[in-house]
Amino acid sequence: MSIRNEPNVLSRMEKTGSDILKCMHCGVCSGSCPSGRHTSLNVRKLLKKARNDTAVLSDDSLWMCTTCYNCQERCPRGIDIVDAIFEIRTLAVHEGIIYPEHRMVGELLLEHGHAVPINEENRAKREALGLDPLPPTVHSFPEGLEEVKKLLASCKFDELMSEK
Amino acid sequence: MANVSLFLGCVIPNRYPGIEKSTKLCLDKLGVDCVDLKGASCCPAPGVLRSFDKATWLALAGRNIALSEELDRDLLTICNGCYGSLADANHEVKADEQLKKDVNTHLGKIGRSIKGSHDVRHITEFLYKEVGSEKIRDIITHPLELRVAVHYGCHLLKPSKGRIGSSVERPSFFDELVEATGAQSVEYPDKMECCGAGGGVRSALPDEALALTGHKLSMIESAGVDCIVNACPFCHMQLDVGQVDLNEKNGTSHNIPVLHYTQLLGLALGYSVEDLGIDLNAVVDLEFLEKILSDS
Ligand code: SF4
Ligand code: SF4
Repeated sequence: MSIRNEPNVLSRMEKTGSDILKCMHCGVCSGSCPSGRHTSLNVRKLLKKARNDTAVLSDDSLWMCTTCYNCQERCPRGIDIVDAIFEIRTLAVHEGIIYPEHRMVGELLLEHGHAVPINEENRAKREALGLDPLPPTVHSFPEGLEEVKKLLASCKFDELMSEK
Repeated sequence: MANVSLFLGCVIPNRYPGIEKSTKLCLDKLGVDCVDLKGASCCPAPGVLRSFDKATWLALAGRNIALSEELDRDLLTICNGCYGSLADANHEVKADEQLKKDVNTHLGKIGRSIKGSHDVRHITEFLYKEVGSEKIRDIITHPLELRVAVHYGCHLLKPSKGRIGSSVERPSFFDELVEATGAQSVEYPDKMECCGAGGGVRSALPDEALALTGHKLSMIESAGVDCIVNACPFCHMQLDVGQVDLNEKNGTSHNIPVLHYTQLLGLALGYSVEDLGIDLNAVVDLEFLEKILSDS
């Protein structure tokens, strides 16, 4: 995948206060990581990679983090590790590096205002429980959905989710 | 007691409406002043949408919070993910004037603004602080004789900055709430570990998510419990549907009922399995249901 803007990943981390240069490579983050127990994610190595080059943006393990915050809570250097992961992911998505399933979540949000919208099966479940078939969210309030769509357009989220 | 508006999010009303019903039944019995937060949207989901674009995440969270501020109420969530997004967004906006201005530039286009005047609450934290486990113990009518694996889930407690103030390594308030129903909270290995669903892992990498879920379930099973009790519909879905997925994929025979806390409390208040939508889960264990019914 091509990196159009050659973003400097490290400078972006510094801007958010996630100073990954303070890392002393103790490995507490990796040792605390439930995902790393079962997948190829090594969060210490991921952050180290982010210091060097933009290859981190297409690293498969970037999306294996469940954002459980174990690493961040335990880091002896107080590095906001998950915020750093969010930043790296954001750079990746803005470069068009995104799983099709995640793009679909974005599309559902754009269309329905819900990342998980209602379906027939669950309308029926709601009625069986004595609830309205549609919840009192944007599903029942079209003018609310219009507001959400305006906000998403104002943030250019529609452009971000469109295939580039 | 703080007046609240009920924020439903996506997974509860659209996949597990039993949790919505249970919450309303319980809050009503407890005399909590709570109204629907009408016209709210996705929180938005912290793991994916916050990853994609922070400005979008803040704008949508800001609108939901602004709706609750307009009602002069704290915003009550029943989901760890919603709580994570909305509490963190609220915290960031309250702490940073410039950020608040940026969010309000977007919100101004729909004639709204976020002031930072109210708090975002989570149902377990709210019940613990505003009602208290003693009062819950006093008003339950059908004490439950159940062995329960309590699953806190991650975003209820973490990131700890600007949050509940509970220990993130060894919290106990949720166990206390569970025990107030008469049930026993059973210790099990890796109790504080993640269900595997968050961060967009469930949506894009389901096998990786299931590897974490399988481990968690095997630890829970080793403790010999009647059910799992959680505080989050996303964990709920992963632990419930995940059992079916794992059984299909690996030939395992997981069969543990999964309840949101409001469903457990609802049982202790005398509501039926059907009232509370516990029978609408993917995993329905008849033995467990019979035990509940014979006790009540
Ligand atoms: S826990 Fe903190 S200091 Fe230790 S390796 Fe991880 S990021 Fe570096
Ligand atoms: S937040 Fe992500 S990287 Fe950190 S411990 Fe949890 S899964 Fe691992």
